[in-house]
Amino acid sequence: MEAFASLADGLVVAIQPANLLFALIGVLLGTAVGVLPGIGPALTVALLLPITFKLDPAGSIIMFAGIYYGGMYGGSTTAILINTPGESASMATALEGNLMAKAGRGGPALATAAIGSFVAGTIATLGLTLLAPYLVDIAVSFGPEDYFALMVVAFVTVSATFGDSPVRGLTSLFIGLMLGLVGIDLLSGQSRLSFGVPELYDNIEVTTLAVGLFAVGEALYVASRRHIQEEKLEAVRGSLWMTKEDWKRSWKPWLRGTMFGFPIGALPAGGAEIPTFLSYATERRLTKHPEDFGKGAIEGVAGPEAANNASAAGTLVPLLTLGLPTSATAAMMLAGFQQYNINPGPLLFAQNADLVWGLIASLFIANAMLLVLNLPLVGLWVKLLTIPQPWLYAGILVFATMGTIAANPSPVELMMLTVFGVLGFLMRRFDFPIAPVIVGMILGPLAESQLRRALSISLGDPMTLLQSPISATLLTIALIALVLPFFLKGLGRFKAVED
Amino acid sequence: MATSPQRRVDVAGLVIAVILLVLAAVVWWDMSKLQILSPYDLGPKVMPIIVSGCLTLLAIGNAIGALRGDLPARDSLDWKPIILILGALACLIVLIRFGGGFMIGTALLFAATSTAFGRRAFVTDFIIGAVIALIVYVLFAKLLTLSLPAGPLERLF
Repeated sequence: MEAFASLADGLVVAIQPANLLFALIGVLLGTAVGVLPGIGPALTVALLLPITFKLDPAGSIIMFAGIYYGGMYGGSTTAILINTPGESASMATALEGNLMAKAGRGGPALATAAIGSFVAGTIATLGLTLLAPYLVDIAVSFGPEDYFALMVVAFVTVSATFGDSPVRGLTSLFIGLMLGLVGIDLLSGQSRLSFGVPELYDNIEVTTLAVGLFAVGEALYVASRRHIQEEKLEAVRGSLWMTKEDWKRSWKPWLRGTMFGFPIGALPAGGAEIPTFLSYATERRLTKHPEDFGKGAIEGVAGPEAANNASAAGTLVPLLTLGLPTSATAAMMLAGFQQYNINPGPLLFAQNADLVWGLIASLFIANAMLLVLNLPLVGLWVKLLTIPQPWLYAGILVFATMGTIAANPSPVELMMLTVFGVLGFLMRRFDFPIAPVIVGMILGPLAESQLRRALSISLGDPMTLLQSPISATLLTIALIALVLPFFLKGLGRFKAVED
Repeated sequence: MATSPQRRVDVAGLVIAVILLVLAAVVWWDMSKLQILSPYDLGPKVMPIIVSGCLTLLAIGNAIGALRGDLPARDSLDWKPIILILGALACLIVLIRFGGGFMIGTALLFAATSTAFGRRAFVTDFIIGAVIALIVYVLFAKLLTLSLPAGPLERLF
């Protein structure tokens, strides 16, 4: 029960008035930005990162926790009310949630999403509290080759295993890895892929990359196909509150969703889509009201939304204990840590215990704040959704460019933002996933330094990667995860031929 | 190999494959200029070699997909809004480069984007953009003490 003692210490940090204020600001800003259509949690964190530049590390990371959870809540509101999920993890919520809103039951849909997120977030954060110390103990015994192998597993699962096309996913990943090479190599002092441009010597800013790919790319994409579809906002009519019946139909899906979300998020398996769709399929099968599915079934909102939040808390397990981001949002969180030279991993728990446990305690607090704030403030969030689309995207671009030049006041930084925007647009158009680019860019240099450390210990012999049992096992898992989708796709094609 | 008649070679997909190949070549060329300091391992060259090699393989993979016509279907595309937004971003970059400050450029970006999304009130939007730029400037520069590139307008505050 050592974990709870640490958590109690963390709580002492988190409930200092200044930190509570940071959590509150984070929650409000996160929800306000996350609720805007087209902005998912990763972009929310990226856009708000400049705001935390000047805060002290503890305050800023606590604000981050608030932004992270706030962005998640905001995203579900958008999914339910306009059926444009900002990210694939909200797609399952949008299915039944938007139908409920159309049927005039938007209030209960938002309520079950909010309360379900709270339940799932709390249980999953508790899971994080209990699991983290064990993982830290295991991770301490990892050698550099084991770390490298673990990162390879994360690369493969994030890019190839669960996407539509392993080739396109891996292409995204390697573009990210290439971008991660840019800059001065710290070990040898030589510059790579910088072409004599001074701004490129100190690496590409991950915020510039994320804001370019997500914000500018999305704006260009939506503008280019505005003639095809228009969004429609469903008004919240009727009571906001859930009836006794709604509660009865919601609580089991919340718990089941959490059971799907947390373990899948905690494994370096990447992505919240899998648990949300698993949860959706499960609720659809188990429901006592199958006639409601397709017309707005509350189980279909409660389950996926809980799964989504539980997996978000789950991704913090590999992020905090191993320094391994497995989603675009987690990669942005890692970038936030790095701006203070804080490197998540087993050492962080030893050296900066206050900070980590303060963060974990803040997650509980942010979750509770969201529950208290979100339902009463739902009217305000809905107002944000009524901002006309031209102003919304114009505002997003203005904020994106200003955040970028505030971080690094140079025209070259803006050029990079524009280039990444065009890249993001093309990737959307040709259906390349975006998260692997960001994970690749931020995790690539870390993987490289582990690989080089392993190679220099073994005097350059790459077989060292297969001699450590941990690393050999992990690389085998990575290989299976890489080959499996090709194999399964082959099976699918086989079936199609038989038909 | 039997390909069904409706599957056509995707030219855009081939262009993507060529771009990947060019990127792989650039990474390789850049790697070849690096010096190895330790006699035992490849040091800074390891990662570029892996990246360049895999990008080449992926170029082949993408080319095969394009030849088979495996790319997902694409909607028709309206180029005008894209050019408008990119043009405004270019203006902003030029203005900052030559000391015009970011406020005029930002107002222009706001108005151009909003035009790209179908509004027909450029002057009104330009003013709204300027006000937003001012608010963000005050918030960033004064409250958070972040430095934004200043031009003649910004120095008034």
